[in-house]
Amino acid sequence: MAIEITDSNFKTEVLDSKLPVIVDFWAPWCRPCMMLGPTILEIAEELEGKVKVGKLNVDNSETIARRYSVSSIPTVILFKDGAIVKKVVGLMRKEDLLHNLGL
Amino acid sequence: MFDVIVVGGGPAGISSAIYLKRFKLDVLVLMKDFGALDKTDHIENYYGFPNPVSGRQIVENGLSQASRLGIEIRNEEVLNIDKTELFVIKTNRNEYEAKTVLLATGSSRVNLRIPGFSDFVGKGISYCAICDGFLYRKQTIAILGEGEFMAEELEVLRNFSSDLYVFTNGLPLSVKVEGTKIITDPITGFIGDEVVNTIVTDKASYPVNAVFVAIGTPSATDFALRMGAFVDNNMIAVNDKYMTNIPGLFAAGDCIGGLSQIAKAVADGAEAALAINKYIHSKTS
Repeated sequence: MAIEITDSNFKTEVLDSKLPVIVDFWAPWCRPCMMLGPTILEIAEELEGKVKVGKLNVDNSETIARRYSVSSIPTVILFKDGAIVKKVVGLMRKEDLLHNLGL
Repeated sequence: MFDVIVVGGGPAGISSAIYLKRFKLDVLVLMKDFGALDKTDHIENYYGFPNPVSGRQIVENGLSQASRLGIEIRNEEVLNIDKTELFVIKTNRNEYEAKTVLLATGSSRVNLRIPGFSDFVGKGISYCAICDGFLYRKQTIAILGEGEFMAEELEVLRNFSSDLYVFTNGLPLSVKVEGTKIITDPITGFIGDEVVNTIVTDKASYPVNAVFVAIGTPSATDFALRMGAFVDNNMIAVNDKYMTNIPGLFAAGDCIGGLSQIAKAVADGAEAALAINKYIHSKTS
Protein backbone atom coordinates (compact mmCIF):
# COMPACT_ATOMS: atom_id res chain seq x y z
CA MET A 1 0.00 0.00 0.00
CA ALA A 2 1.18 3.52 -0.71
CA ILE A 3 0.90 6.17 1.99
CA GLU A 4 -0.61 9.52 1.18
CA ILE A 5 2.08 12.11 1.78
CA THR A 6 0.94 15.62 2.69
CA ASP A 7 2.48 18.85 3.97
CA SER A 8 1.73 17.77 7.53
CA ASN A 9 3.24 14.26 7.43
CA PHE A 10 6.10 14.81 4.97
CA LYS A 11 8.68 15.29 7.71
CA THR A 12 7.69 12.29 9.83
CA GLU A 13 6.89 9.87 6.99
CA VAL A 14 9.67 10.83 4.58
CA LEU A 15 12.48 12.89 6.09
CA ASP A 16 12.55 11.10 9.46
CA SER A 17 11.85 7.63 8.07
CA LYS A 18 14.21 4.83 9.06
CA LEU A 19 13.43 3.04 5.79
CA PRO A 20 14.26 4.52 2.39
CA VAL A 21 11.15 6.21 0.92
CA ILE A 22 9.94 6.42 -2.67
CA VAL A 23 7.66 9.42 -3.24
CA ASP A 24 5.54 9.60 -6.37
CA PHE A 25 4.75 13.26 -7.19
CA TRP A 26 1.51 13.15 -9.14
CA ALA A 27 -1.80 14.90 -9.84
CA PRO A 28 -5.21 13.59 -10.86
CA TRP A 29 -5.29 15.71 -14.05
CA CYS A 30 -2.01 14.24 -15.31
CA ARG A 31 -2.71 11.28 -17.61
CA PRO A 32 0.83 9.83 -17.51
CA CYS A 33 0.67 10.03 -13.69
CA MET A 34 -2.55 8.00 -13.70
CA MET A 35 -0.86 5.41 -15.93
CA LEU A 36 2.04 5.19 -13.47
CA GLY A 37 -0.28 4.79 -10.46
CA PRO A 38 -0.72 0.97 -10.62
CA THR A 39 3.06 0.53 -11.04
CA ILE A 40 3.68 2.50 -7.85
CA LEU A 41 1.22 0.30 -5.96
CA GLU A 42 2.90 -2.86 -7.27
CA ILE A 43 6.29 -1.56 -6.14
CA ALA A 44 4.81 -0.78 -2.72
CA GLU A 45 3.65 -4.38 -2.38
CA GLU A 46 6.84 -5.94 -3.68
CA LEU A 47 9.18 -3.88 -1.53
CA GLU A 48 7.07 -3.93 1.61
CA GLY A 49 9.26 -3.91 4.70
CA LYS A 50 12.30 -2.75 2.72
CA VAL A 51 11.17 0.53 1.18
CA LYS A 52 8.30 2.79 2.13
CA VAL A 53 6.21 4.07 -0.79
CA GLY A 54 4.23 7.31 -0.73
CA LYS A 55 2.19 9.40 -3.12
CA LEU A 56 2.24 13.18 -2.98
CA ASN A 57 -0.46 15.12 -4.82
CA VAL A 58 1.29 18.27 -6.11
CA ASP A 59 -2.05 20.13 -6.14
CA ASN A 60 -2.19 19.86 -2.36
CA SER A 61 1.53 20.12 -1.60
CA GLU A 62 2.85 22.66 -4.04
CA THR A 63 5.55 23.91 -1.65
CA ILE A 64 7.14 20.49 -1.26
CA ALA A 65 7.05 19.91 -5.02
CA ARG A 66 8.78 23.24 -5.52
CA ARG A 67 11.33 22.60 -2.77
CA TYR A 68 12.50 19.49 -4.61
CA SER A 69 12.37 21.24 -8.02
CA VAL A 70 9.68 18.96 -9.38
CA SER A 71 9.07 20.64 -12.72
CA SER A 72 7.43 17.79 -14.59
CA ILE A 73 5.16 15.03 -13.38
CA PRO A 74 5.18 12.17 -12.79
CA THR A 75 8.42 12.52 -10.84
CA VAL A 76 9.52 9.79 -8.47
CA ILE A 77 12.11 10.59 -5.81
CA LEU A 78 13.96 8.13 -3.59
CA PHE A 79 14.82 9.57 -0.16
CA LYS A 80 17.27 8.05 2.30
CA ASP A 81 17.90 9.58 5.71
CA GLY A 82 16.01 12.71 4.67
CA ALA A 83 18.07 13.34 1.53
CA ILE A 84 17.43 12.78 -2.15
CA VAL A 85 19.23 9.74 -3.51
CA LYS A 86 17.61 9.50 -6.95
CA LYS A 87 15.10 11.51 -8.93
CA VAL A 88 13.35 9.98 -11.93
CA VAL A 89 11.11 11.99 -14.28
CA GLY A 90 8.43 10.66 -16.60
CA LEU A 91 6.23 7.63 -17.17
CA MET A 92 8.13 4.36 -17.48
CA ARG A 93 7.78 0.63 -16.99
CA LYS A 94 8.23 -0.86 -13.55
CA GLU A 95 11.58 -2.48 -14.28
CA ASP A 96 12.97 0.76 -15.76
CA LEU A 97 11.71 2.80 -12.84
CA LEU A 98 13.27 0.42 -10.30
CA HIS A 99 16.52 0.34 -12.26
CA ASN A 100 16.66 4.14 -12.49
CA LEU A 101 15.97 4.41 -8.78
CA GLY A 102 18.85 2.00 -8.15
CA LEU A 103 16.53 -0.57 -6.54
CA MET B 1 -17.63 7.38 -35.61
CA PHE B 2 -14.76 5.64 -37.39
CA ASP B 3 -13.30 2.22 -36.74
CA VAL B 4 -9.82 3.59 -37.28
CA ILE B 5 -8.33 7.03 -37.65
CA VAL B 6 -4.89 6.98 -39.17
CA VAL B 7 -2.78 10.02 -38.32
CA GLY B 8 -0.24 10.48 -41.09
CA GLY B 9 -0.37 9.92 -44.85
CA GLY B 10 3.09 8.51 -45.50
CA PRO B 11 4.09 4.91 -46.33
CA ALA B 12 3.10 3.46 -42.93
CA GLY B 13 -0.23 5.28 -42.69
CA ILE B 14 -1.38 4.71 -46.27
CA SER B 15 -0.18 1.12 -46.42
CA SER B 16 -2.16 0.46 -43.28
CA ALA B 17 -5.24 2.28 -44.58
CA ILE B 18 -5.22 0.15 -47.74
CA TYR B 19 -5.36 -3.06 -45.70
CA LEU B 20 -7.88 -1.63 -43.23
CA LYS B 21 -10.17 -0.73 -46.11
CA ARG B 22 -9.83 -4.27 -47.45
CA PHE B 23 -10.98 -5.52 -44.07
CA LYS B 24 -14.06 -3.35 -44.67
CA LEU B 25 -13.28 -1.12 -41.73
CA ASP B 26 -14.42 2.46 -41.67
CA VAL B 27 -11.11 4.33 -41.93
CA LEU B 28 -10.16 7.99 -42.16
CA VAL B 29 -6.65 9.27 -42.85
CA LEU B 30 -5.69 12.67 -41.48
CA MET B 31 -2.51 14.21 -42.79
CA LYS B 32 -0.75 17.52 -42.61
CA ASP B 33 2.20 17.34 -44.97
CA PHE B 34 4.59 15.03 -46.77
CA GLY B 35 6.94 14.67 -43.80
CA ALA B 36 10.54 13.56 -44.08
CA LEU B 37 10.05 12.10 -47.57
CA ASP B 38 9.40 15.58 -48.96
CA LYS B 39 13.07 16.30 -48.36
CA THR B 40 14.30 13.17 -50.16
CA ASP B 41 14.57 13.62 -53.91
CA HIS B 42 16.43 10.51 -54.95
CA ILE B 43 15.23 7.09 -53.83
CA GLU B 44 16.60 4.09 -55.66
CA ASN B 45 16.52 1.33 -53.08
CA TYR B 46 12.77 0.77 -52.89
CA TYR B 47 11.33 -2.26 -54.63
CA GLY B 48 9.58 -1.87 -57.96
CA PHE B 49 10.93 1.45 -59.24
CA PRO B 50 13.34 0.97 -62.14
CA ASN B 51 14.39 4.62 -62.04
CA PRO B 52 15.17 6.88 -59.08
CA VAL B 53 12.06 8.48 -57.66
CA SER B 54 11.51 11.37 -55.26
CA GLY B 55 10.04 10.88 -51.80
CA ARG B 56 7.25 13.27 -52.64
CA GLN B 57 6.36 11.24 -55.74
CA ILE B 58 6.16 8.02 -53.73
CA VAL B 59 3.85 9.66 -51.19
CA GLU B 60 1.70 11.16 -53.96
CA ASN B 61 1.45 7.74 -55.61
CA GLY B 62 0.36 6.25 -52.30
CA LEU B 63 -2.30 8.92 -51.83
CA SER B 64 -3.65 8.41 -55.38
CA GLN B 65 -3.72 4.66 -54.83
CA ALA B 66 -5.60 5.07 -51.55
CA SER B 67 -8.09 7.53 -53.06
CA ARG B 68 -8.78 5.16 -55.95
CA LEU B 69 -9.56 2.44 -53.42
CA GLY B 70 -12.11 4.73 -51.81
CA ILE B 71 -10.12 5.69 -48.72
CA GLU B 72 -11.02 9.06 -47.32
CA ILE B 73 -8.03 11.32 -46.77
CA ARG B 74 -8.45 14.75 -45.20
CA ASN B 75 -5.85 17.43 -45.09
CA GLU B 76 -6.21 18.45 -41.46
CA GLU B 77 -3.72 19.05 -38.71
CA VAL B 78 -4.36 16.86 -35.66
CA LEU B 79 -3.93 19.02 -32.56
CA ASN B 80 -5.00 16.72 -29.77
CA ILE B 81 -6.07 13.12 -29.15
CA ASP B 82 -7.92 12.17 -26.01
CA LYS B 83 -9.07 8.78 -24.81
CA THR B 84 -12.28 8.37 -22.94
CA GLU B 85 -14.31 5.35 -23.93
CA LEU B 86 -13.52 6.19 -27.54
CA PHE B 87 -10.69 8.23 -28.97
CA VAL B 88 -11.54 11.87 -29.60
CA ILE B 89 -9.38 13.44 -32.27
CA LYS B 90 -9.35 17.21 -32.50
CA THR B 91 -8.00 18.81 -35.67
CA ASN B 92 -7.71 22.41 -36.80
CA ARG B 93 -11.12 21.98 -38.48
CA ASN B 94 -13.11 19.15 -36.88
CA GLU B 95 -13.50 16.73 -34.05
CA TYR B 96 -13.79 13.00 -34.71
CA GLU B 97 -14.45 9.88 -32.70
CA ALA B 98 -12.82 6.54 -33.40
CA LYS B 99 -12.57 3.08 -31.86
CA THR B 100 -8.85 2.92 -32.58
CA VAL B 101 -6.09 5.28 -33.64
CA LEU B 102 -2.96 4.50 -35.61
CA LEU B 103 -0.15 7.00 -35.14
CA ALA B 104 1.99 7.12 -38.26
CA THR B 105 3.28 10.66 -38.36
CA GLY B 106 6.86 9.81 -39.12
CA SER B 107 9.98 10.61 -37.18
CA SER B 108 9.67 12.21 -33.82
CA ARG B 109 10.28 15.77 -32.91
CA VAL B 110 13.77 17.13 -33.20
CA ASN B 111 15.54 18.83 -30.38
CA LEU B 112 16.18 22.52 -30.85
CA ARG B 113 19.83 23.05 -31.56
CA ILE B 114 20.13 26.04 -29.28
CA PRO B 115 22.68 26.19 -26.46
CA GLY B 116 21.15 25.08 -23.16
CA PHE B 117 17.99 23.58 -24.67
CA SER B 118 18.72 19.90 -24.21
CA ASP B 119 20.24 20.56 -20.76
CA PHE B 120 16.93 21.87 -19.45
CA VAL B 121 14.44 19.45 -21.02
CA GLY B 122 12.60 18.05 -17.99
CA LYS B 123 14.14 20.84 -15.90
CA GLY B 124 11.74 23.64 -16.68
CA ILE B 125 11.49 22.90 -20.40
CA SER B 126 8.43 20.75 -21.09
CA TYR B 127 6.71 19.30 -24.14
CA CYS B 128 3.29 19.01 -22.49
CA ALA B 129 1.18 21.88 -21.16
CA ILE B 130 -1.58 19.67 -19.78
CA CYS B 131 1.03 17.54 -17.95
CA ASP B 132 3.17 20.24 -16.42
CA GLY B 133 1.47 23.64 -16.78
CA PHE B 134 -0.17 23.44 -13.37
CA LEU B 135 3.22 23.38 -11.67
CA TYR B 136 3.80 26.98 -12.82
CA ARG B 137 0.57 28.56 -11.58
CA LYS B 138 0.79 32.36 -11.64
CA GLN B 139 4.39 32.26 -12.80
CA THR B 140 6.05 33.52 -15.97
CA ILE B 141 5.60 30.92 -18.68
CA ALA B 142 7.07 30.97 -22.17
CA ILE B 143 5.78 28.91 -25.06
CA LEU B 144 7.84 28.21 -28.15
CA GLY B 145 5.94 27.90 -31.41
CA GLU B 146 4.29 29.77 -34.23
CA GLY B 147 1.21 27.87 -35.42
CA GLU B 148 -2.01 26.14 -34.41
CA PHE B 149 -0.27 23.60 -32.18
CA MET B 150 1.22 26.48 -30.17
CA ALA B 151 -2.19 28.22 -30.00
CA GLU B 152 -3.76 25.00 -28.68
CA GLU B 153 -1.11 24.60 -25.97
CA LEU B 154 -1.32 28.31 -25.16
CA GLU B 155 -5.03 27.94 -24.36
CA VAL B 156 -4.14 25.23 -21.86
CA LEU B 157 -1.49 27.44 -20.26
CA ARG B 158 -3.95 30.34 -19.89
CA ASN B 159 -5.68 28.27 -17.20
CA PHE B 160 -2.55 28.46 -15.10
CA SER B 161 -1.05 31.90 -15.66
CA SER B 162 -1.68 35.22 -17.36
CA ASP B 163 2.02 36.06 -17.50
CA LEU B 164 2.70 34.40 -20.84
CA TYR B 165 5.27 34.86 -23.58
CA VAL B 166 5.14 33.44 -27.08
CA PHE B 167 8.57 32.94 -28.68
CA THR B 168 8.43 32.19 -32.40
CA ASN B 169 12.22 31.80 -32.64
CA GLY B 170 12.56 33.86 -35.80
CA LEU B 171 9.51 32.40 -37.57
CA PRO B 172 6.49 34.49 -38.55
CA LEU B 173 3.42 33.94 -36.37
CA SER B 174 0.85 32.04 -38.46
CA VAL B 175 -2.07 32.31 -36.02
CA LYS B 176 -3.71 35.23 -34.27
CA VAL B 177 -2.68 35.43 -30.63
CA GLU B 178 -3.96 37.94 -28.11
CA GLY B 179 -3.17 38.82 -24.52
CA THR B 180 0.42 37.60 -24.48
CA LYS B 181 3.78 39.12 -25.19
CA ILE B 182 5.07 37.94 -28.55
CA ILE B 183 8.80 37.73 -29.23
CA THR B 184 9.77 36.92 -32.80
CA ASP B 185 13.55 37.34 -32.42
CA PRO B 186 15.63 34.19 -32.82
CA ILE B 187 16.51 32.50 -29.52
CA THR B 188 20.24 32.20 -28.89
CA GLY B 189 20.25 30.37 -25.57
CA PHE B 190 18.52 28.97 -22.49
CA ILE B 191 20.11 29.79 -19.15
CA GLY B 192 19.45 28.51 -15.64
CA ASP B 193 21.02 26.73 -12.72
CA GLU B 194 19.13 23.65 -11.60
CA VAL B 195 16.17 24.64 -13.77
CA VAL B 196 15.81 27.01 -16.70
CA ASN B 197 15.27 30.66 -15.70
CA THR B 198 16.09 32.82 -18.73
CA ILE B 199 15.54 32.83 -22.47
CA VAL B 200 18.12 34.81 -24.41
CA THR B 201 17.46 36.18 -27.88
CA ASP B 202 19.79 38.13 -30.13
CA LYS B 203 18.25 41.32 -28.67
CA ALA B 204 17.35 40.72 -25.02
CA SER B 205 17.09 38.35 -22.04
CA TYR B 206 13.73 37.25 -20.65
CA PRO B 207 13.37 35.80 -17.14
CA VAL B 208 10.94 32.86 -17.19
CA ASN B 209 9.91 30.07 -14.80
CA ALA B 210 9.05 27.53 -17.45
CA VAL B 211 9.31 26.93 -21.18
CA PHE B 212 6.78 24.86 -23.13
CA VAL B 213 7.64 23.59 -26.59
CA ALA B 214 4.94 23.52 -29.30
CA ILE B 215 6.83 24.20 -32.50
CA GLY B 216 5.25 23.34 -35.86
CA THR B 217 3.00 20.28 -35.81
CA PRO B 218 2.64 17.90 -32.85
CA SER B 219 4.50 14.65 -33.38
CA ALA B 220 3.20 11.16 -32.66
CA THR B 221 5.38 11.22 -29.56
CA ASP B 222 3.62 14.36 -28.35
CA PHE B 223 0.22 12.65 -28.63
CA ALA B 224 1.52 9.47 -27.02
CA LEU B 225 3.04 11.36 -24.11
CA ARG B 226 -0.16 13.25 -23.35
CA MET B 227 -2.21 10.06 -23.31
CA GLY B 228 0.23 8.25 -21.03
CA ALA B 229 1.76 5.88 -23.56
CA PHE B 230 5.29 4.63 -22.98
CA VAL B 231 7.93 6.51 -24.94
CA ASP B 232 11.52 5.23 -25.08
CA ASN B 233 14.19 7.64 -26.31
CA ASN B 234 11.57 9.69 -28.14
CA MET B 235 10.18 6.59 -29.88
CA ILE B 236 6.71 5.24 -29.11
CA ALA B 237 6.92 1.84 -27.45
CA VAL B 238 4.65 -0.80 -29.03
CA ASN B 239 4.24 -4.54 -28.53
CA ASP B 240 4.53 -7.13 -31.33
CA LYS B 241 0.98 -6.21 -32.35
CA TYR B 242 1.99 -2.58 -32.85
CA MET B 243 -0.17 -1.52 -29.92
CA THR B 244 0.98 0.86 -27.19
CA ASN B 245 0.20 0.30 -23.52
CA ILE B 246 -3.08 2.16 -24.16
CA PRO B 247 -5.67 -0.27 -25.55
CA GLY B 248 -6.66 0.72 -29.09
CA LEU B 249 -3.76 3.11 -29.63
CA PHE B 250 -1.42 1.74 -32.29
CA ALA B 251 1.72 3.16 -33.89
CA ALA B 252 3.75 2.31 -36.99
CA GLY B 253 6.59 3.60 -39.14
CA ASP B 254 9.43 5.91 -38.12
CA CYS B 255 7.71 7.00 -34.90
CA ILE B 256 8.29 3.55 -33.33
CA GLY B 257 11.98 3.50 -34.24
CA GLY B 258 13.95 0.87 -36.12
CA LEU B 259 15.07 1.17 -39.70
CA SER B 260 14.10 4.56 -41.19
CA GLN B 261 13.26 3.05 -44.55
CA ILE B 262 10.12 3.09 -46.70
CA ALA B 263 10.15 -0.71 -46.91
CA LYS B 264 10.02 -0.99 -43.12
CA ALA B 265 7.28 1.65 -42.81
CA VAL B 266 5.13 -0.13 -45.41
CA ALA B 267 5.59 -3.44 -43.61
CA ASP B 268 4.75 -1.80 -40.26
CA GLY B 269 1.57 -0.38 -41.78
CA ALA B 270 0.44 -3.76 -43.09
CA GLU B 271 1.19 -5.55 -39.80
CA ALA B 272 -0.53 -2.84 -37.79
CA ALA B 273 -3.62 -3.11 -40.01
CA LEU B 274 -3.87 -6.84 -39.34
CA ALA B 275 -3.51 -6.25 -35.62
CA ILE B 276 -6.10 -3.43 -35.61
CA ASN B 277 -8.57 -5.60 -37.51
CA LYS B 278 -8.15 -8.38 -34.94
CA TYR B 279 -8.43 -5.93 -32.07
CA ILE B 280 -11.68 -4.40 -33.36
CA HIS B 281 -13.22 -7.84 -33.94
CA SER B 282 -12.19 -9.00 -30.48
CA LYS B 283 -14.02 -6.01 -29.00
CA THR B 284 -17.19 -6.47 -30.99
CA SER B 285 -17.55 -10.25 -30.94
